[in-house]
Amino acid sequence: MKKASLNIPRSDRDEQTIKLIETIANQVRKAIESGKLPSIRMPVRSLDNVTYDQAAGYLELGKAERVRALTVNTARSFAQTLRLMATSRTMVESNDFATKREAYYISKNWGDCRFEEQAESDAIMDDIEAVASLHGLSRENLRFYPESHGGSVAGRLAIIDQNAKTGQLIEVDCANLGSGAYSIPRSAEHLRFRTDARFVLAIETGGMFQRLNNHRFWETANCIIVEMGGVPTRATRRFIRLLSDKHNLPVYCFVDCDPYGFTNIYRTLKAGSGNAAHVNRFLCVPRARFLGVTPQDIIDFRLQDATHPLAATDVKRAKDALQNDPFITAHPEWIAAIKQLLDMGVRAEQQALAKWGLNYVIDEYLPRKLADASRFLP
Amino acid sequence: MSEREAKAATALEMAGKQREISVSEFFLKNRHLLGFDTPAKALVTAVKEAVDNALDACEEAGLLPEIVVEVRGRFGRSRVTVEDNGPGIVESQISRIFGKLLYGSKFHKLSQSRGQQGMGISAAGMYGQLTVGKPLHIISRVEGEELASELYVSIDTAHNRPDLHKKKRVEWDCPHGTRVEMEMEGVNQTGPHSVEAYLKQTAIANAHVSITFRDAQGKEVVFRRSSERLPPRPKEIKPHPSGIELGRLIQMLNSTKCRSLLQFLVQEFSCVGRKTALEIIKRAGKPLSGHSYPTHIAHAQAGALHRAIQKTPVRAPRTDCIVSIGEAQLLEGLHKELPADFYTVTTRPAAAYRGNPFQVEVGIAFARPGQPEIAVDASGRMRNKKSKDVDAAQELIARKDEPVRILRFANRVPLLYQQSSCAITKSVIQTNWRAYGLHQSKGALPIAPMAILVHVASVWVPYTSESKEAIEPYPELVKEIKLGLQQCARRLAHYLQHELNLQREYDSRSYIEKYLPHIGLALQEILALSDDERDAAVTKLDDALHFSRTPQRSAS
Repeated sequence: MKKASLNIPRSDRDEQTIKLIETIANQVRKAIESGKLPSIRMPVRSLDNVTYDQAAGYLELGKAERVRALTVNTARSFAQTLRLMATSRTMVESNDFATKREAYYISKNWGDCRFEEQAESDAIMDDIEAVASLHGLSRENLRFYPESHGGSVAGRLAIIDQNAKTGQLIEVDCANLGSGAYSIPRSAEHLRFRTDARFVLAIETGGMFQRLNNHRFWETANCIIVEMGGVPTRATRRFIRLLSDKHNLPVYCFVDCDPYGFTNIYRTLKAGSGNAAHVNRFLCVPRARFLGVTPQDIIDFRLQDATHPLAATDVKRAKDALQNDPFITAHPEWIAAIKQLLDMGVRAEQQALAKWGLNYVIDEYLPRKLADASRFLP
Repeated sequence: MSEREAKAATALEMAGKQREISVSEFFLKNRHLLGFDTPAKALVTAVKEAVDNALDACEEAGLLPEIVVEVRGRFGRSRVTVEDNGPGIVESQISRIFGKLLYGSKFHKLSQSRGQQGMGISAAGMYGQLTVGKPLHIISRVEGEELASELYVSIDTAHNRPDLHKKKRVEWDCPHGTRVEMEMEGVNQTGPHSVEAYLKQTAIANAHVSITFRDAQGKEVVFRRSSERLPPRPKEIKPHPSGIELGRLIQMLNSTKCRSLLQFLVQEFSCVGRKTALEIIKRAGKPLSGHSYPTHIAHAQAGALHRAIQKTPVRAPRTDCIVSIGEAQLLEGLHKELPADFYTVTTRPAAAYRGNPFQVEVGIAFARPGQPEIAVDASGRMRNKKSKDVDAAQELIARKDEPVRILRFANRVPLLYQQSSCAITKSVIQTNWRAYGLHQSKGALPIAPMAILVHVASVWVPYTSESKEAIEPYPELVKEIKLGLQQCARRLAHYLQHELNLQREYDSRSYIEKYLPHIGLALQEILALSDDERDAAVTKLDDALHFSRTPQRSAS
């Protein structure tokens, strides 16, 4: 983990991270010096404490706090929290990082304090992340990176990265990668972009991304296409968010027409997830809009005979969303769309458009939809 | 008709064989009734009878008992010597006391004493005579006499009378006292039924007694007295009316010297005054009146009178006729002889069964042999105390996973045999010990490392047999014993809960302590502390932990 990379000056974010960790450690030490038992306050991460902030457009942690102190139940996690924070500080200093799995293995050197399973270290990491998020710092700032990489990117975009050893700038032109694509790194914080695209198209499946990329759809539509591969990973979400923020680009989402596509893939991209509510403020993409496939599209593009009946889990998921999902219930358009889908009793995949020819989606569907972006679902 | 079968006897022939049986002959054939069934048991019983007599004599004479017991022997034969510092026995009585069954001072009065029937020591002598053919050897001196009397006495079993072999006056270094020596078939075994265990239990219930015991191997054990105060002398009493039986009432009416019923009730019973007597007579109804002549009632209206007596509430029996060991002395005895971690004793108020007053005392000694005990020091820190070594050979306290040991006493005498048929054992089993935090299977003794002591004191202890090994489970007795047990058990449960809380708290702290060094390491890494600063922080944290948790110690 020790690595000579101090020739790159620490960013403001890194200074903030170190300061936060030192502040917490100093509070603990001060309590000990004054003969009191130390404690660390952190936000409650359970779903009870998650609310939907309609103005900001994402799911957010409430005000509930819990105290981690030296009781029988929390002594172990208290020590683990401090040790993991120490690890984080050391990594910031040496400009290194650890994946969640690696963080779990680092603890194996901690004796009694070690994590028995990765779920344990993930939970402690989420706690520290929740504290950091209150100070505007993300998990990536703490130098804990997700295991899974982000999706693929292609289109009218140049990404400016740097050589981690030398600090030399590296520019990647996403329009010039042939049939391949740019892979979103685990942390996108340091990236800068240059683009003249009009919007970002986030696509659910790799197959559809492949088709649009091979036919260079982004060239004619003047856009950037991003493959999400199911529910977007944190890295993907953060990348799209940064791209959208820095260049004021609208984000359109193109997924399957089923409850999973609406409430899991699209909702997570736009408003964040309940499990990671403490970091949604960094990861959500409030500017995202739902391009398709909408239930109305099934009728408009006459896809009825390319559908599948809704499975029991689909119906359950849809009904649950209508009742409990704060994002869905805040948007009448979505309530109407889901009700329409339930009435039709079918679901349709992106690929169903191939019924009218393999490139129908490029030639007909997307241009027709993009002609009137105001009709996209919120 | 086969030759093996006896010929049928005629009434005349039968009459020729019918003759009186001497009580001595009867017990010679039924020696188990007096506790002489096996050599091991016979030895303990012989010691017990001699020691009981010695203690009764010393106490009656107001002397602090000083007893020496010696058991010598091999090849299944034992010589038992019991010597006391009592008042001695007048020479003319010695042969009758030791050489005649059912001869004694205690049978005819209602008063609490160890001996009851006047049978024990002569039965022991008879047993010796039967098994090895040697008479009892007695030396006794009454204070002031120049020489002691030495006698060899055996029993003429056919006539139940003493058979004096030798008698002379001898020098003896004791100013007063009695020494009994008997030889018999007997084995001194070890364990809970040994002579030593019997003497140890005697010492528990009699804190004012000093006993020196020498065994065949020359080992000497001394049970020293811890109290210089003799227990008060029990008073002789009249029977109490509650629970008196009809036959006994009729007998009393017949033999009384009183000339009126009113006088009879007031004088022949304890706790009956004029008012109560009149109440009884009123309830009995006509034709009975205060002037009725007792002998006439005995034949005619005794039944009505008996029912009236049963129904009339009478003051509880006087307790001054019962001498309990007393909570303080009992506690002292337990502390002295049973090393344990927790003691509790209780003396119940006196009650009565069948008109006989009795009193129950219960004690519990709870030990945690081999189990660590937790000590809390002034700063609130907890430590494991080293557990005491318990002498395994002498354990009167059960091991951790064994049924409790019951130490039974009747009028301060330990009961060693027939535990299962005794009222005390039944009461222990009937008590729900699970309610007090112990393990107990249905119908069994509780499992715990402890000894339960129960003492029943009464003017007339209802033994199940003449060998005085177990107490008859009268409902009144069982009820009182159970109440005493419950009282002690409540205190025990309180103690156990407290211990459990301490143990839990200790475990909690040990668990938390494991993580303190890690907090130090993390702070060192984050704040770049020196090793000394880190250690200082961990020490402070440790202090804070123990300090902050101290008040929770007693909370449940």
